[in-house]
Amino acid sequence: MKGLRICVYLFCLFAAALARADLTIEITRGRDDPTTIAVVPFGWTGSSALSEDVAAIVASDMERSGQFAPLGRGSMLSLPQESREVFFRDWRALGVEYLLIGRIQPNPTGLLIQYELFDVNGQRSLMQEREVAYRDTLRDAGHRIADRVYERLTGVRGAFSTKLLYVSSTPLGPGRFTYRLMLSDIDGARERVLREQSEPILTPVWAPDGETIAYVSFETTRPAIFMHNLRTGRREQLTDFPGLNGAPAWSPDGRRLAMVLSKDGAPNIYMLDVATRELTQLTRHFAIDTEPTWMPDGKSILFTSDRGGQPQIYRVDVDSAQVERVTFRGNYNARARALPDGSGMVMVHRDSGGGFHIALMEFRRNRLESLTQTTLDESPSIAPNGTMVIYATTHNGRGILSAVSVDGGVRYRLPSSYGDVRDPAWSPFAPLSRGGIP
Amino acid sequence: MTNFPGLPVMSINKGRFNKALGVVFAMVLLAGCASTDTQDTSEAEAAAAAARAAEQAERDRQARLAREAAEREAQQLEYVFYFDFDKATLRADVRAALDKHIRILRDNNQRVRLEGHTDERGTREYNMALGERRANSVASYLIANGIARNRIETVSYGEERPIAFGQNEDAWQRNRRVELKLN
Repeated sequence: MKGLRICVYLFCLFAAALARADLTIEITRGRDDPTTIAVVPFGWTGSSALSEDVAAIVASDMERSGQFAPLGRGSMLSLPQESREVFFRDWRALGVEYLLIGRIQPNPTGLLIQYELFDVNGQRSLMQEREVAYRDTLRDAGHRIADRVYERLTGVRGAFSTKLLYVSSTPLGPGRFTYRLMLSDIDGARERVLREQSEPILTPVWAPDGETIAYVSFETTRPAIFMHNLRTGRREQLTDFPGLNGAPAWSPDGRRLAMVLSKDGAPNIYMLDVATRELTQLTRHFAIDTEPTWMPDGKSILFTSDRGGQPQIYRVDVDSAQVERVTFRGNYNARARALPDGSGMVMVHRDSGGGFHIALMEFRRNRLESLTQTTLDESPSIAPNGTMVIYATTHNGRGILSAVSVDGGVRYRLPSSYGDVRDPAWSPFAPLSRGGIP
Repeated sequence: MTNFPGLPVMSINKGRFNKALGVVFAMVLLAGCASTDTQDTSEAEAAAAAARAAEQAERDRQARLAREAAEREAQQLEYVFYFDFDKATLRADVRAALDKHIRILRDNNQRVRLEGHTDERGTREYNMALGERRANSVASYLIANGIARNRIETVSYGEERPIAFGQNEDAWQRNRRVELKLN
């Protein structure tokens, strides 16, 4: 029994090493004091080894938040699986503030995961919960546990169970590429190809239901907006207007899709009622109006316009169509995404040196702060809990995805095996929760 | 630097030419089959005559296309036109290059597809709009010079289809372009 446990433990270490090799986490500005948490390898009482290391998934999620520093397994003095095996003294000596232990048992319908979170200094249990999983849903269970632990410790709902849409391209020749629409877990794991074609795909976006997406595809040799339900597989072309059909953005209630159309000349912002297919024009200007995004209350839309000579962010009221300018600093501000609480937005901002960065603007303070330092950063997309921003950038000449915390304190790069990647879209909470993808 | 010998435009025209040859060949074959199988000789003759006429029309069309292609070659036509950063205005050299196309387009009824592109800097959907603005400014120039609007199709690919890689001014310049394709 002891031999088996050591084997399982070694396997866990190996799996953790593999997982860590993919992901580069760099603490950019050094949060003063990340909270130390020890996530002890979960026990397993079944026979054949599990394919996933649940504790490693939880620890990796906590680390990516930037707010926690998981203790390395090599430093652990003991590997408790139950509360009676916990000696707070040992953990306190290691500077650990919180401790998570757990064990996995086979049960008649699948696997039962029991876990417990401790406050080491207070020497008390904070949370004792259970998860039911199957061998092939252990990653989901790990992310759900991380969501619960994160929420218990920070008061903010965890977003580790969310998904990511993005686009990849691989060159075939001058001006010729294979384009792929990709779906993965938010940590970049389990990536899969939703669509593959030789005509461009761009701007994938999630509907608030977490299972419907929209994107622009050139498969008809012209841009058109498509709607695609990931659960049912139903796919439908929504627009086929002359000129631009782009930048889809779902309203918070999921009923309307804002978009840019240039059917009457200049690109303007429109709203399409998804059920009735009724189209309403929202902006009327001869300049470029594009990249609409809804404010969380659904009452106004932020968009990019070069009506002042350079691209800047404007806001249009959905009912009155009244337009006001939002950004005044810098000569290139574009592609805004509002924070979930509506207090501010992130956007692409060009600094005086010509570099394109992701910047945060708080509306009340009218303050603008660059969150990134690389020079070709674009397409910011915000986590549903408002803590992190995922964006596209380049690294060694290749398009990659990175994430940065809204406070700028932590940044990490996501691994991807498919060519140049860009256009990330962070899903709402609980994506595809009803049964997953068939 | 402004000339690209391996551009898809040329290969598409060649492909079209080969396809046209194939069609002629197929018609000749069909005509041959028709005359052996048919009992009614007058019908067969009519069919053969029609085939010969079609063949002749196709030969004429091919000759005309070849003539035009030769003419284009002789005038060293360019099919890619370049733009300044965040600009859609036509440079003087672009106007001169377009004038050569306009002279030929006035004498035929070919359709023109204008594909607008940008470099990688800036946001993707804004670049989509900028690419359209570039394609439209070429279209407006053609229209102002007598080419019917309904012969012109514009489409923007934004920054999605670069032809040059690298994060430097040379690569960016080569990607800020409108490609003219003939149908």
